[in-house]
Amino acid sequence: MKELTLFGMLKLVVQRDMTLAMRRRADVLTTLIFFVMVVSLFPLGVGPEMEMLRKIAPGVLWVAALLASMLSLGRLFSADHQDGTLEQMMLTPQPLAVIVLGKIIAHWMVSGLPLVLIAPVLGIQFDMQMETLGILILGLLLGTPVLSMIGGIGAALTLGLRGGGVLLSLLVLPLCIPILIFGTAAVDAVATGLSPVSHLSLLGALLVLALTFAPWVAAQALRISME
Amino acid sequence: MAINWFKYSAPSTFYALAGKLIPWFAISAAMLFAVGLYIGFFVAPVDYQQGEFYRIIFIHVPASILSMFLYLVMAGYAALGLIFNTRLSAMMATAIAPTGALFAFISLWTGALWGKPMWGAWWVWDARLTSELILLFLYLGYMALHSSIDDPRRADRASALLAIVGSVNVPIIYFSVKWWNTLHQGSTIKFSGTSMHVAMQQAMFIMLAACWLYAIAIVLARVRSVILERERQTKWVAELPEVRA
Repeated sequence: MKELTLFGMLKLVVQRDMTLAMRRRADVLTTLIFFVMVVSLFPLGVGPEMEMLRKIAPGVLWVAALLASMLSLGRLFSADHQDGTLEQMMLTPQPLAVIVLGKIIAHWMVSGLPLVLIAPVLGIQFDMQMETLGILILGLLLGTPVLSMIGGIGAALTLGLRGGGVLLSLLVLPLCIPILIFGTAAVDAVATGLSPVSHLSLLGALLVLALTFAPWVAAQALRISME
Repeated sequence: MAINWFKYSAPSTFYALAGKLIPWFAISAAMLFAVGLYIGFFVAPVDYQQGEFYRIIFIHVPASILSMFLYLVMAGYAALGLIFNTRLSAMMATAIAPTGALFAFISLWTGALWGKPMWGAWWVWDARLTSELILLFLYLGYMALHSSIDDPRRADRASALLAIVGSVNVPIIYFSVKWWNTLHQGSTIKFSGTSMHVAMQQAMFIMLAACWLYAIAIVLARVRSVILERERQTKWVAELPEVRA
């Protein structure tokens, strides 16, 4: 049998996780509904003045995306951990980091990407203009993968622990603050007539940084959790 | 003369060494606290701008410096423990975390007490305050992760990894918060410009040294307890006079 290349392995893991996720669509939908609900609660909490809503929209959408991504992180490794698949994955000749990267990419596609796709609808509810909305989506597109990456490290560290979900948020949320800041700052910049390029570039830089290091760190964390 | 540094990386020898060192650090910390507070309260002049309120910096500034410094020390020990698999380094990292968190809390608390008369608000979303708050969260996350894993070796290694990830993130968080702050609001009143009076400087440095020595003393005391707890099954612990008594 021909040995799998790294990209072959990556593709295989992504495909497998996507197939598994599509067989349990309810999990994917729950995250999405949670996101929509949290965002919809804000106008009820702060009042229906459009001026105010337009102003807080980027922050609300980003914070809600952050919370929604926390929600599904617990599932990233736990199912594979419980049925022993994860141990088999660790025994493969391909580096564990590649497998972890594949799982994180699949996780983002089922929990991050839907949020990005539904965000324009919610943005319109908050009376956002087209150009600010575009930048918000672009920012979310760059930022949510980083959330999944950082979350992957946290999920690996808290694998199989009591109260893992709350602990996971406690570990991961402070580390996600820069993403939140740059994501909302890009939208604010456009709203005040400035260029959002610097903030988006920083988000892109964080994405590159996370892509380079996070799978490797998460793989180390998995090894620590599994021994 | 060659010193065998590795001798003290064994918990059993370090336990005795720490026991001998603690009184020195504790007593010098107490003396420096007394001197620093005396200079701070009675020698340092009243600030022409801030009146008596500024005197809180004598505890606020050392606490802030140490809260940040201790995080790096903690991450350093954690990395040592992870790389060389030394038990004592991991124990030191766990012993440092509560003191670091305490200093971060003191820094926030005294900052709030100072902010109320000076800025008219207990809390301002200033870059430094916010990043200090996030630092406190990082400490709490580290301690929460460590305490929720039952196996001490796994706890050490998992929280070590978290501390290292956190220390990489600290500068990113700091700068992002700084830029966020300048973007969202104009500069608030700043403690700027005027060069400090000599007595003020002296008091601050003495207090910094006192807090530093206090941190060393308390960390050594805590690491002794951690060593006893972890090594309770070993023979050398059973033979300690304080354990036998």
